[in-house]
Amino acid sequence: MAYSQPQHPRLSVLSNSSASSVDHLSPTGSATRFSLPPTVPTSPRPAGVRPNIYDRNITKPRVLDVSGAAFSFMFAEIVSYTQKRVAGINDLERRLNTLGYRVGMRVLELMTWRAEYTSKAPKREIRLLPALMSIQTQVWRAVFGKPADGIQKSVENADEYMIIDNDPSIERHISVPKDMKQLSCSSFTAGIVEAVLDGLGFPARVTAHNTPSAEHPTKTTILIKLEKSVLDREEIIKQ
Amino acid sequence: MTGEGTKAASAITVLPPTIIMAIYGLWVINKAGGLVYQRSFADGLAQLTSNEYLVLAGTLHGIHAITSRLSPMGSSSGAQVIEGESFKMTILLTPTGTKFVLLTSPAETSAEATLQKVYEVYADDVMKNPFHTPEMPIRSERFDSRIGILIGNGLTTV
Repeated sequence: MAYSQPQHPRLSVLSNSSASSVDHLSPTGSATRFSLPPTVPTSPRPAGVRPNIYDRNITKPRVLDVSGAAFSFMFAEIVSYTQKRVAGINDLERRLNTLGYRVGMRVLELMTWRAEYTSKAPKREIRLLPALMSIQTQVWRAVFGKPADGIQKSVENADEYMIIDNDPSIERHISVPKDMKQLSCSSFTAGIVEAVLDGLGFPARVTAHNTPSAEHPTKTTILIKLEKSVLDREEIIKQ
Repeated sequence: MTGEGTKAASAITVLPPTIIMAIYGLWVINKAGGLVYQRSFADGLAQLTSNEYLVLAGTLHGIHAITSRLSPMGSSSGAQVIEGESFKMTILLTPTGTKFVLLTSPAETSAEATLQKVYEVYADDVMKNPFHTPEMPIRSERFDSRIGILIGNGLTTV
């Protein structure tokens, strides 16, 4: 042997690393694996330090807005990160939709909590049209700070509805290159809508489409295609 | 007496061209000295080929590097304005090393303010665009159109 390693009776050649990984698996090391907040006893905070996001009031947040620039940079990074890992535009839109879905689940939960936590008889939307209206107004206001610009029912298909945003704020700084013209980064928003509809019990497939007009070059349509079961149930409730 | 009179007359004939307020062109040079954006506005300077623009931008990058080391005391920001008889070149160096260069007429007073606004548009529509590759030529439609709105035909009102 050209180089001999000092042989420890219990450890093989590779076990230097496995010895340390034993520490990793011990329960005491779980904080590093699950990124739990450090369990240091809370001492009075030094002045000027803002409270941790988990310590803030969930029902009445003092600061409702996040920095638009910070969000734009993050969203740009999300899009370019995703773009490097997909085969085509459809795949990219699908992944953005999935990411939006994760946001939408939380948006619905938080929004419902904030709206109903004081109510003696908390309610949720069970009819389709009020649910869609609340997405157009409440969800858009919670996420983008303004209601969507319109909601329409498809003329051709009874199971299709459209939410229209004349200037989607998540796309405000994005210029899609010419060879990807059909890509709509609002697929992320579509994911949010899909999650909210799913959470309310209206399973649907939601996609985003660019529908530019003369005065609104970034106009986007969020197309909602409801599952048949939803329409069948609506019919039953109506009777 | 007559000598002074002719001098005054000639001064009047010379004056109009010198008070022209115009923006001729805008360059954006990346931190390596490559020209990533070039656009012409008002007429007044010779039109060059894209290759000549690239060479000039690279040269300016080198000159700027030299001027930033010329200060006898401490560090220097480098050249900020280069002025000639028929043009003025105003340079804005950002903390990341990107340079914005505005070519104007010598009498133009809004160059610094315009460059700040160009920097703002760049930060918004180039840096926040996921389809832009850093240090590569800028091909953002939105950047183009907003620069167009900002500078227009390059003729600024007094």
